[in-house]
Amino acid sequence: MIEVKNLVKSFDDKTVLHDVSAKFETGKTNLIIGQSGSGKTVMLKCLVGLLRPDSGEILFDGRNTLDFSHEQMKELRKEIGMLFQGSALFDSETVLDNVMFPLVMFTDMSRSEMLDRAMFCLERVNLRGAEKKYPSEISGGMQKRVAIARAIALNPKYLFCDEPNSGLDPKTSILIDELLSDITHEYNITTVINTHDMNSVLGIGENIIFINKGYREWVGDMSQIYTTGNEALNDFVFATRLFSELREYVASHGHIDKK
Amino acid sequence: MLLTDSIANFGRFCSFLGRVFAWPDKFSISFKRVINEISKLGVDSIPLVIIISVFMGAVCTIQMQLNVTSPLMPAYSVGLATRDIVLLEFSNSILCLILAGKVGSSIVSEIGTMRVTEQIDALEIMGVNSANYLVMPKIVGFVMFMPVLDIICMGTSFVGGYLVTVFTDLIPSSRYIYGLQAMFQEWYVWYGLIKSVVFAFIIVSVSSFYGYFVKGGALQVGKASTNGVVVSSIFILLFDVILTKLLLQ
Ligand SMILES: Nc1ncnc2c1ncn2[C@@H]1O[C@H](COP(=O)(O)OP(=O)(O)OP(=O)(O)O)[C@@H](O)[C@H]1O
Ligand SMILES: [Mg+2]
Repeated sequence: MIEVKNLVKSFDDKTVLHDVSAKFETGKTNLIIGQSGSGKTVMLKCLVGLLRPDSGEILFDGRNTLDFSHEQMKELRKEIGMLFQGSALFDSETVLDNVMFPLVMFTDMSRSEMLDRAMFCLERVNLRGAEKKYPSEISGGMQKRVAIARAIALNPKYLFCDEPNSGLDPKTSILIDELLSDITHEYNITTVINTHDMNSVLGIGENIIFINKGYREWVGDMSQIYTTGNEALNDFVFATRLFSELREYVASHGHIDKK
Repeated sequence: MLLTDSIANFGRFCSFLGRVFAWPDKFSISFKRVINEISKLGVDSIPLVIIISVFMGAVCTIQMQLNVTSPLMPAYSVGLATRDIVLLEFSNSILCLILAGKVGSSIVSEIGTMRVTEQIDALEIMGVNSANYLVMPKIVGFVMFMPVLDIICMGTSFVGGYLVTVFTDLIPSSRYIYGLQAMFQEWYVWYGLIKSVVFAFIIVSVSSFYGYFVKGGALQVGKASTNGVVVSSIFILLFDVILTKLLLQ
């Protein structure tokens, strides 16, 4: 479990995160949701240590990473997999080499063992056959899947995903979401996903943290999200035309209760 | 303001170099990358070096012949002067200024693109020392290969001058060759090699620094690329003065 307590982060004189506290549970898909610019990426970067918060605590299974020495942080990072907003694949290396990279850097496996593991991960994300291609030669959705394969290559205990389905069509988004959810449950990983996609929220939101303008506004799961009285969250949830029309339809036909 | 900025930048540059020259995470990988960079930065520059050296050698010879008009000066002094110019300045300072454009800009754009597409963050997340992993092989590879480029440059410049003497009747080829060998000072070659190695270090470290700390997008990578080349050129000229003072006097 990852626990965040009273996190504050500001850039120059602009405070991006105000006193945010949250819990991310093991074996569940934890979602951070919020509008563009609300501070989701900054929050995630603080969690993984790419940014240093001004104050607060970040506890990975009880260990406060902000007190970690350089060596301890390095050890922790071998347990972390991360999926970046833009995939961040190494574009001078093939898909296979990308997935093998963490294995080559951090294990003493033989070449054939690495190959097996990399092929296993690629198979897990349904990408067998693309291993010889370069990242520029495959589609955005495939790049995301390669990035997932690379992130799980070392069997991480913690998986962080920044907008795993931005720029993807709804169907591919669902595939990626299901993949992340399956991996989380299969290997009992603590998964934290940033998203502003309501589809993902309703599909895989087991533990949802809503951030608005840098404040943590609401915590809950996908079954509670319609019935919340929180105004900012309602605005966010019903921002898509389909949802708001549905809500009006339901309201005018008198079926207020959701089912 | 400019002064404090420069001092702050110099401090950042030093701590950057500290991270670059940390012990590699895995030695075998860094070794492979060094070989790779020798081929990418060094061997791939050989054609450019040969082309410019032939022309510059030829131009030097013609210029010398035009300027050495006094009947008291022997014809071989053209060869001698060409040789000394090539050894003292052309094969190191001028060559490195040109390579700063080719090698420097390619390094800034490669590392800068990795920065803006979060590839460097991805390395850091995995626990890799990205500065060491990306930059150290470039510095080691290029610095090691620089003497080879330097020697190629010297040799082909002399050939360029020789071709002028063969295809024109400015001076007899035999006089030119005699001039190349006359009053030869071995130290000049060492002086040139030392300078070129220092310049190679400047080119790679400065341009890596500019690439590594890019903020923004493709536009900023382009700007950083220009800055990297300009700043490395200025430092090459500055160290040219310092090293000449130290080594030749
Ligand atoms: N390195 C930085 N320096 C200064 N300000 C920053 C920096 N990174 C983020 N910010 C600011 O922090 C705020 C939150 O940004 P963040 O990237 O976390 O948003 P986000 O919720 O991830 O949005 P999106 O959904 O568009 O990715 C923004 O207003 C941004 O300008
Ligand atoms: Mg973001």
